[in-house]
Amino acid sequence: MSAEPATLELTEVRGPSAVGGGAHRFFELLWLISVTEFKKTFFGTVLGYVWSLVRPLMLFAILLLVFTQIFKLGSAVAHYPVLLLFNIVLFGFFQEGTGGAVSSVLAQEGIVRKTQFPRLVIPLSVVLTALFTLGLNMIVVVVFLFAFGVDPMWTWLLLPVILAPLLILTSALAMLLSALNVRFRDVAIIWVVAATALNYGTPIIYPLEIVPTRLAHLLMVNPLTPIFQQAHIWIIDPQAQSVLSMAGGWLPLIGAAIIYLTVCILGVWVFNREAPRIAEQL
Amino acid sequence: MAVDTQQAEPAGSGKPASTSEPVVIEAIGIEKAFRLPTHRVDSLKERLTAFTRQDFRMLHALRGVSFEIRRGEFFGIVGRNGSGKSTLLKILASIYAADAGTVRMAGRLAPFIELGVGFNPELTARENVELNGVMMGLSRRDARNRLGAVLEFAELEEFVDMKLKNYSSGMLVRLAFSVMIQSDAEILLIDEVLAVGDAAFQQKCADVFHEIRDSDRTVVFVTHDMGAVEHYCHRAMLINDGDVKVIGDPGEVARSYLRLNFEQAPSSSDADDDSPSLADVTLADAWLEKADGSRATTLETGSEMRFGATLEAHRDVEGPSFGFMLTNADGVDVAGFGLELSEGIPDRLRAGQRVRISGVVENRLTPGRYVVKCWIYRNHNYANLILHSPHVLDFVVFGEGAPGIVSLDHEVTAALEDQ
Repeated sequence: MSAEPATLELTEVRGPSAVGGGAHRFFELLWLISVTEFKKTFFGTVLGYVWSLVRPLMLFAILLLVFTQIFKLGSAVAHYPVLLLFNIVLFGFFQEGTGGAVSSVLAQEGIVRKTQFPRLVIPLSVVLTALFTLGLNMIVVVVFLFAFGVDPMWTWLLLPVILAPLLILTSALAMLLSALNVRFRDVAIIWVVAATALNYGTPIIYPLEIVPTRLAHLLMVNPLTPIFQQAHIWIIDPQAQSVLSMAGGWLPLIGAAIIYLTVCILGVWVFNREAPRIAEQL
Repeated sequence: MAVDTQQAEPAGSGKPASTSEPVVIEAIGIEKAFRLPTHRVDSLKERLTAFTRQDFRMLHALRGVSFEIRRGEFFGIVGRNGSGKSTLLKILASIYAADAGTVRMAGRLAPFIELGVGFNPELTARENVELNGVMMGLSRRDARNRLGAVLEFAELEEFVDMKLKNYSSGMLVRLAFSVMIQSDAEILLIDEVLAVGDAAFQQKCADVFHEIRDSDRTVVFVTHDMGAVEHYCHRAMLINDGDVKVIGDPGEVARSYLRLNFEQAPSSSDADDDSPSLADVTLADAWLEKADGSRATTLETGSEMRFGATLEAHRDVEGPSFGFMLTNADGVDVAGFGLELSEGIPDRLRAGQRVRISGVVENRLTPGRYVVKCWIYRNHNYANLILHSPHVLDFVVFGEGAPGIVSLDHEVTAALEDQ
């Protein structure tokens, strides 16, 4: 030991950040926390996973009853029930990811204030956990696809192409909301309302085809609408109206793209900006 | 804090880590200020309406702190509450960002400053140890491999698959301490953690701390416990109001801390709060003197202690008696003395008269904090209490520690008995 030089290379400590502590540690933590959180939700009770399925299935059953027996929406598009279930499961992911992330940083106060912890792991682990749930729920969707006589299509393989933009949008919103909620505690409340508005502003319980044309064009500005419509085409019914024709031109789609990119950039920017100060503001 | 004070021999002083060791932590001019809103803005509406007002004050927690820590050092940071020591630790741990200055480090840092942070009560010990290991920067496989050693040290092998929410607080703390100790981090930041577990486990922790202080691992240790500082630390630093006051020998730092702590504390000799408003007699002043006549709030053990008090009568008091009692921090009455007005003075106090009491007391007190209580009676009768002040003044005795509540002069010999 005495032979060693009396100096060691010192590296500067740059303080807390969104991803601090190395990429390897970041992903290990993200994975481990998401998995344990997932296990906690689904294997914590006797019926575990069954319960997590009951909620979307109950919702599905009620909506199905209302919209096929009372409003007779079902006849407007092919395979309405399975479309409804698929949409509920897909939007459920978005809602769980964003809604859970809003207060996630606040809820992890202990970790944030007492450890050097890559802050970004916190909202992203919520999204990843929601993604695991989505994966499980997709199994049920596939069962229903066959049960309702939807023929297997090669376009089912394109599911990741639909999920990727949805995942990115969910993550960006999770970052934006969780960071903002540290400063403004009422973001969580506002988001509950906003998510409900989005639930009805996206063709989930109703097929886009029955919406008056001009309103459909407007709905296309919501970045979720093109994603859901494309999913409708690729997974359920190839004969459904294309995204472009439902939008009535490129203009609403350009609007949607601008909103989409703005949310993504804002999410990354705000989270990065706030990350070093989060511990002080809790 | 429950550090074992039985190990009276302060091992800390006199054995600084070799200065030939490389520097592993270097801090230069660290500054940190917090905006303290006088009215906290937590919602959007408040934020919107608060734009015009600038309702905050700056709290300068650190005003340019610089120091170096070498490899293998056990380095103590002490200071009063709010002195900035925990903020400094959080900057070292990358929990807070410094406003100015640089921190540079060599070696892997344990990212915790407190025990048990990040434990999830819904998960089992097994899962928590793995999670904690990954937080420390281990891979999941390494974290799992470490499980055995962690549980063995914590003596919790049988409870590996029990959820932490079912653990007792003692078990939790043992697990947390074990996780921290068994990490292979080269630099440990520790904020007041020594009071853990039962006596046997404390002894184990103490052993580990001794082991660490003699190893290559570097420890930065924030505490209020001067006993622990003198016991474990190679060097220590006193922070006050965000500035480094003293840095160096732990004994000296500990003494400076005690001096600072009780000299700056709001003077408690003003006993007005404790006296009834219509008191016949009030305590005007009370103080402690060193042998040279200067007022003091800290005394070295064994030094002469002079004590004075001025009392003012608001009504005539016949036959006043005065009683004083020294009480230690545990509330034990250590010594008491009583007196009456001396000869030559009429045995009464007239309204407006002041009486000054002074005396010399042998200081046989062991280090610690003491409070002086005072009673005054009328007609030399304990039933006629006219003043009871439970806190006339307090002071701190510092110096070499000894077991017990007083140190008595002793002459003890041992000899072999003739058969």
